[in-house]
Amino acid sequence: MNQDDLANIAAHTKQTDSSYDHIVKVCVAAGCLSANSDQVKTQLESEIKQRGLESCCKVKGVGCMGLCAAGPLVAADNNDKMFQDVTPNDAGAIIDNVMDNVAVPEALVMDSKLEFFVKQKKVVLENCGDIDPEQIEDYIAADGYEALFHCITRLKPLGVIEQITRSGLRGRGGAGFPTGLKWITVYKAGGNRKFVICNADEGDPGAFMDRSVLESDPHRVLEGMAIAGYAVGASRGFIYCRAEYPLAVKRLRLAIRQAESHGLLGMNIGDTHFDFKIEIRLGAGAFVCGEETALIASIEGGRGTPRPRPPFPAQMGLWNAPTLINNVETFANVAPIIRRGGDWFASIGTEKSKGTKVFALAGRVKNTGLIEVPMGMTLREIIFGLGGGIPDGRRFKAVQSGGPSGGCVPEQHLDIPVDYDSLASVGSIMGSGGMIVMDETSCMVDVAKFFMDFCMTESCGKCVPCRVGTTQMHDILERITEGRAGGHELELLQRLTGMVKAASLCGLGQTAPNPTLTTLRYFMDEYRAHIEEGRCPAGVCHPAKAEAEVDA
Amino acid sequence: MQLTPKTVPPPSDDKRWKIVDGMMRRHGHEPHALIEVLHSVQETFGFLTDDALKYVGASLRVPPSKVYGVATFYHFFTMKPPGEHTCVVCTGTACYIKGAPALLNAVSELAGIKAGETTADGKLSLLTARCVGSCGLAPAVVFDGQVAGKITTESIKQRVAAYVGSEPESLVIEEHR
Repeated sequence: MNQDDLANIAAHTKQTDSSYDHIVKVCVAAGCLSANSDQVKTQLESEIKQRGLESCCKVKGVGCMGLCAAGPLVAADNNDKMFQDVTPNDAGAIIDNVMDNVAVPEALVMDSKLEFFVKQKKVVLENCGDIDPEQIEDYIAADGYEALFHCITRLKPLGVIEQITRSGLRGRGGAGFPTGLKWITVYKAGGNRKFVICNADEGDPGAFMDRSVLESDPHRVLEGMAIAGYAVGASRGFIYCRAEYPLAVKRLRLAIRQAESHGLLGMNIGDTHFDFKIEIRLGAGAFVCGEETALIASIEGGRGTPRPRPPFPAQMGLWNAPTLINNVETFANVAPIIRRGGDWFASIGTEKSKGTKVFALAGRVKNTGLIEVPMGMTLREIIFGLGGGIPDGRRFKAVQSGGPSGGCVPEQHLDIPVDYDSLASVGSIMGSGGMIVMDETSCMVDVAKFFMDFCMTESCGKCVPCRVGTTQMHDILERITEGRAGGHELELLQRLTGMVKAASLCGLGQTAPNPTLTTLRYFMDEYRAHIEEGRCPAGVCHPAKAEAEVDA
Repeated sequence: MQLTPKTVPPPSDDKRWKIVDGMMRRHGHEPHALIEVLHSVQETFGFLTDDALKYVGASLRVPPSKVYGVATFYHFFTMKPPGEHTCVVCTGTACYIKGAPALLNAVSELAGIKAGETTADGKLSLLTARCVGSCGLAPAVVFDGQVAGKITTESIKQRVAAYVGSEPESLVIEEHR
């Protein structure tokens, strides 16, 4: 495989596609699949066959189109026509509409000019909903693997790293560490055995960005990893993926096989001396394994417990070799940056947060699904513009970002721009991109308890502040929701949050108090109502005071 | 000290051990393949038995204490046989906000089991998941490995009733790990 072969595949695929008058795309990512989009696809295919339209109309399974709430989604003619809530019975009507513009029932039509679609800026998701994730040719036709070829044939490793540094890309796993700096550290680390790891252990509840990228465009992640391998001098890569995402694992396996048989992974890639092999390792349901040292311990076959840093994995990681660990979305940004240049990427976003960010919008919001917006868009624009606001005429209460490590942002801060630093200034974090909207039916004390229960269960137990601290905080929160807490316990809770934050070994414990801290900060009245009045304003908890021991 | 690799016979003459053996061979019987191999055992047999743990440990030269430690550390691994049908209620944030606790209660009431338990007749296991990543369709439930979205208490009761034969008599409970 060389660059000409790549261009030939791309040209051939484009030519075949353009020979069809219409291409009907059906979403086959997990969200729509669970609403039977595979049957929709089969039915569309048989309708076309029955009418003998095989030569002018093609049905294609594509990745996530974003608006999961309205799935299964079908699109045709470059998304000019979109259909929602499609059932297999609608196949005939859709083909009629696509071929001869016969009107379809109104409920089936999705407005492709919705703010949800037009306000997005797609870099990571540019191929999602467009290419068939199970066909490497489709990815190649969308300029796939061009960036990898460019790197290995025209750039020196330092030249690659320079582009990444100039782009200003920061780690999309949540902490926002500058990616270029990480790469150069691994590059400079000695030794001839280095590794690249892709963190696909998307453990945050309420987040599905990585799953969607892996299911919709797996080759993009492989290409990003291979470029990283070339840049830092590694010849082996691992993808650590959640076992709870079987479809993502299946598509990744297929993608790796296809890339290997095309000579795009393996030995002597593109007839150069660059070798890069990628293997998949399955996670087994431990949230703490999203922490890099715990993830490494898990790949090594042990219990996923973190260790103190330094030494950082960049110096001493997998099997004590220098290791580069980046998140799925970070790797997915690499190929576009190389193709269009670091400066192009840096022109998107805010001063300190460049590029775009993918968010999983969920909870009490009209348009739930996957979105990608430029950094710096306000929370209000995301929730009320793209998200379409709160359904059922209810009132917005808070938005939770960053999962169990993040915080709850109230209405008064909805106009802050979404970037790493602004979110941190209001007590939350960017996190990996989960964004859960809550309305007045959610009790914030109950939400704090929910996240603390999560951290308590997921604490690996290695260090005392996290193992014992999360349990104590959870017990206090539980007592508050049950109306058994005394007034002094709020102060105790506050003291504990500081202690756990300061003394825990890894990110799990250090950030576990965040949901509690932000709810204490913005929703103190709800805590007080539980403790002093024995009442839950949202009507979720039952802090009956009957037998409460409130003598303190 | 590296122990001498030795061939250990499988715990039984069940043909399915060949699948597990194949996985170990593919990883060159390296100790670090432990989690991959445990995945393969659970996928093949549905759960991990003590015999399986001993066999895998001996084959990969990993001490039983470590094998047991790993098998019990990760939530994904289970050491109790699952019921004939499984109902996994997602309790991720989006599903929680949209009513997952009510779904759990509905199943508990109908089948007479709590989350993590299996009905005495072995028909149904009720489990919870941290997040199945179908937040756009919250609340989500995984019935026998198939994700279903926008579940209501009514629709979950219907599915579960079909599994347990709608007679919630099986109240003797077997606790899951």
